[in-house]
Amino acid sequence: MYGYSGKILHIDLNTRKTWVEAKPESWYQLYIGGVSMAARLLWENIEVGCDPLSPGNPICIANGIFAGTPVPVGGKYGMASKSPLTGFIGDSLSGSWFSVALKRTGWDGLVIHGASDKWITIFIDDERVQFRDAKKLMGLGTYATEEAIREELGDDQVRSATIGPAGENGVLFANVTNDGRQAGRTGHGAVWASKKIKAISVRGTKGVVVADPDTLMQMSFDISETSQGPYTVKYRMLGTATNVLNMNKLGLLPTRNYQEGTFEDAELVSGEYLEEHYKVKKIACAQCPIACEQMSAAPDGPYKGAMTGIEYECLFANGPNLGINDLRAVIKIIHTCDQGGMDAMSSGVTVSWVMETFERGIFTKEDFKCAKYPEGFEPNFGNAEAAVTLMEMIRDREGIGDLLSRGTRRASAIVDAERGTETYKWAMNSKGLENPGYDARGLKTFAVGLAVGTRGGCHNRTAAYDPDIQGEVDRFSIDDTRGRVAASTEEYAAVYDTLPLCKFIRRCFTGKADRAGAWPTIAKLINATTGWNFGYDDVELIGIRAHTIKKAFNIREGWKRADDDLPYRWKHDPMTKGASAGHVVTDEELEYLKDLYYAAKGWTNEGLIPKAKLIELGMDDVAEAIGV
Amino acid sequence: MTTSTSKYKYITCDPELCIGCQLCEYICSYTKTGEYNTYRSRIRTIRAEEILITAVACRTCENAPCVIACTRDALTQDPETGIIHVNADRCDGCAWCIEACDFGAISINPETKLAEICDQCEDLEDGPQCVKWCPKDALELTTPDQRAQRARRKLAKEDVLGM
Repeated sequence: MYGYSGKILHIDLNTRKTWVEAKPESWYQLYIGGVSMAARLLWENIEVGCDPLSPGNPICIANGIFAGTPVPVGGKYGMASKSPLTGFIGDSLSGSWFSVALKRTGWDGLVIHGASDKWITIFIDDERVQFRDAKKLMGLGTYATEEAIREELGDDQVRSATIGPAGENGVLFANVTNDGRQAGRTGHGAVWASKKIKAISVRGTKGVVVADPDTLMQMSFDISETSQGPYTVKYRMLGTATNVLNMNKLGLLPTRNYQEGTFEDAELVSGEYLEEHYKVKKIACAQCPIACEQMSAAPDGPYKGAMTGIEYECLFANGPNLGINDLRAVIKIIHTCDQGGMDAMSSGVTVSWVMETFERGIFTKEDFKCAKYPEGFEPNFGNAEAAVTLMEMIRDREGIGDLLSRGTRRASAIVDAERGTETYKWAMNSKGLENPGYDARGLKTFAVGLAVGTRGGCHNRTAAYDPDIQGEVDRFSIDDTRGRVAASTEEYAAVYDTLPLCKFIRRCFTGKADRAGAWPTIAKLINATTGWNFGYDDVELIGIRAHTIKKAFNIREGWKRADDDLPYRWKHDPMTKGASAGHVVTDEELEYLKDLYYAAKGWTNEGLIPKAKLIELGMDDVAEAIGV
Repeated sequence: MTTSTSKYKYITCDPELCIGCQLCEYICSYTKTGEYNTYRSRIRTIRAEEILITAVACRTCENAPCVIACTRDALTQDPETGIIHVNADRCDGCAWCIEACDFGAISINPETKLAEICDQCEDLEDGPQCVKWCPKDALELTTPDQRAQRARRKLAKEDVLGM
């Protein structure tokens, strides 16, 4: 087998035993790598109905098919566990040096079972596995943890994925972080903490053997050259923060907990302003010539010295969405999340929920007592110091931070049950996952994409905002094509998430972000790596299978049609200002869009998958388990 | 910037331009070993701080300490180019050369247990492959004159602008 070792490493923390599982080439041809293979490993290694924070929920890591090769942006791995935030599949991607080092150890994937009784790090040193005491690392931030491990092991080629204090404390949207990149969103950090894993470190010394290294080298060189041209200029120059002004103009920039879609101070938090005033360095993942990470620092003011990478999603969530117009404060907030090891999107959208709840008089100053402010404080929108303090309180689960550490769905349910309020009406999550920075009231195709998302409201798993924003469809109305469009963008994204290749390369094949240009080149890259004979249709099937295995997992966990939903606000409260004012996605519209989407997928109207459909995809055992 | 006292060319990296992508390590390991293994690269990408990234390869020191340190006379320095050559028959992987190198630019091949040092791809017509591949043109094979000129400019900037 080329490009793979054919071996998955299992580690059981209960017994401290490890074993090797050999997988046949046919299995790799179905699930490839990244989120698809990670989801498949989860499917195979978990008992149905398992509590996400119990030892029975395995950590499944699957490397990329191109990790450790020179293929640009291919240094990425996927991670899957059952999400403590959503109760459904938690699948994430992270990039960079950890992925490349893991590939060189010779393991295609890792499955970690059970739980340790004391805090440990796991050191995978080629084929050897060591369990090391983590006592000295406890409480350290994500970057400090990586550095401390490198220092201790005396080799800067040791790469680590870690959790920060937020993970240690069990924040339900805690991340796993490596090399400044995050496997984010669905709470992997909380799962790691439930197993008392502070970090997994890897050192790999073996070469990656591919079928046709000369071809792969030349293709990589060519793609790398193209990637320095106009097709990635957005990511190289301003990064995704360039979206701020565009979204503001379209009335889609979530502002003050999605009450409006335009922010009066958008200029002050724009990518352009960031570039001019606070940018210090552009950084790439390993194996990436693009370098989209815009490291930014606060040069003065109360948060002087705070530094972190800024991209659009974290920026919207903690800038306009909190009513904050000072980028130095936004940098400090995101820095607090990143070093604390928690999801800056979920953190921001949870803090905006509490700010709105405070402004509506449900919470008072008293509710915000903490060590830093013993008398409490008043978290109005725009109060940057309150936002910074709330992030610290969430990270440490101090005071009201304990409630907020559970995300908007649980926090609002607890408050509503205790106080007879209806704060769920502005809890901006789908399936418990806080939504991204594109207001769905003005993006009707994207709306269904968010509602049906297998990991909840996520802009990475559906790209249905693209046809809406590009004007390929009317973004304010619905018609019977939208189910197909939503399904198609989801399957398109799943190809990239499975290889994985970073989606920022997607225009470098022909200049357009479409299948026609990309799939033939991707098929050639796969064939040069593995020696297989993949064509256009095989690449397309990669995405369909990836999405299907995740959906199948959710069905097996008891998913119902009613779980595909949008937050109350998007269905009932129109915005009053900007280019998307006056629109909502009504329940009738949403149900119709779901009908269309399930039909386009070839599923039943209840959203279940027919046996024949699964068998057609080569997923016979899945058909047996959940097919109808 | 730490510099060697070399009168020879060597590969330098501009940390302002380097993004830490490691493509230099890929092409180096592929050129030298025929496989993709950044662990075997003779140029190393280093992320010393969150925003401090650069790459380091042999600095072709004059009176190279690694050559002096070698107890088995396995290392020799080419008097024309300054490139350090490793005699595989004599090297026993003792790692004294690694101890002696101020730049961390020597490594031991985990399989053959031999010292490996950047040779600037001297046998290839188009020169160092890492320089050719670097997507940000951060790498260069520089002469002493070029390095001196840059040092002067840097000094002037620091003195005059306080940068």
